[in-house]
Amino acid sequence: MPLLAPLYNFAHWLAGNREEAEDLVQETYVKALKGFSSFTPGTNFRAWMYRILRNTFLTSRTGLKESVSLDDEKHPVPDPVAEGDPESLLVARAGQEQIQWALKQLPVQHREVILLCDVEEMSYKDIAELLGTPPGTVMSRLSRARKAMRELLSEKSRGAGLGANR
Amino acid sequence: MTCEWREKVERYADLELGESELAQMEEHFRTCPECAATAMRELQMKRQVSAAAAQAFTPSAEFRIRIENKIGKRRTRSSRFLKFGLAGAMIALTIFGTALWMRQANSQDVLAEAIDLHVSALASTTPVDVVSTDRHTVKPWFEGKLPFTFSLPELQGSEFHLAGGRMAYVDQSPGAQLIFGIRKHQISVFIFQDRESFHSLGERTRTTQKLEFNLETWSGRGLRYVVISDAGPADVAALSQLLRDASL
Repeated sequence: MPLLAPLYNFAHWLAGNREEAEDLVQETYVKALKGFSSFTPGTNFRAWMYRILRNTFLTSRTGLKESVSLDDEKHPVPDPVAEGDPESLLVARAGQEQIQWALKQLPVQHREVILLCDVEEMSYKDIAELLGTPPGTVMSRLSRARKAMRELLSEKSRGAGLGANR
Repeated sequence: MTCEWREKVERYADLELGESELAQMEEHFRTCPECAATAMRELQMKRQVSAAAAQAFTPSAEFRIRIENKIGKRRTRSSRFLKFGLAGAMIALTIFGTALWMRQANSQDVLAEAIDLHVSALASTTPVDVVSTDRHTVKPWFEGKLPFTFSLPELQGSEFHLAGGRMAYVDQSPGAQLIFGIRKHQISVFIFQDRESFHSLGERTRTTQKLEFNLETWSGRGLRYVVISDAGPADVAALSQLLRDASL
């Protein structure tokens, strides 16, 4: 089944557990079959499937709980981390477990945008369509999400973030 | 003071700059080590996130079977799903796999099936069987697997890079599928022995667009080449020319 493994991985990152991830993926395939007439041939099929999965997640119990509106758009977009910045050095030294831990701590809107860009390697345009936001919002959200992740890794390395581990 | 280019570094790392901005940025890196280092760090973080998160969770075998059974049953009731575009091609591949290639095909079928193979390779968790950017590694990998040999172009100085190769089958005969990259796009190059079912494609270079994929096909020295990608027609044409030049 094409896309099963990456869809499941994404679903697990959103939902946080196996049972819900399986339900999300199953429902995504069922909805894709039912609603295939809404797919425009020639457009990005992969992004279309991820969009169904994400919308399914947003209406799930965990999704409703996690997706409280994020007013990060009110805060200024951070500059990319400069050379020698201690946070960037910490990221460079972070292991896989720390990166995974940091991703889990992020609000779902930050986690998903990082996953779609860095793991699924989707373009800003595809992500914008998938999220139903302008590409500019994708860019600013990515910057904030990456900054938040660096800060989490930085806090963890100082021992301050351990209490938030889940 | 923060360099005025700094705000574009993240877009650079995300491969979101246009061609002229990209060239300007790379030129800027020569004179601004801070921006260059920042870009390196952005790229490093992306790589780390990808490595840590891409396969953090995998579906269980039981779940795979459950999904196959559930979707398979529905699929028989939903022939419409099979008829359309890319998703149709992907689902059809799930059912029929490479058996699709076993039937004789007219030229449209050949190209549609090339799209199927291209999509299924890229959707696969192992898009290539031989992973190498070195043509001197990839080409020998096919020795003993194919009843013919072919030439690969020198890519140095071009925007293209080789990602690797895998076996592909048409009419129960083996062929090579080579995967190249350019910017964010991947390009499949299929090479088969020319045969009757390909004759409708003609010998001369032919370019076409199907399902938003750009394709170029030609035959030469007994081999049939099909180049396919979602990259622009100019990229597909440029790689095709490199391949033709290499086989002279």
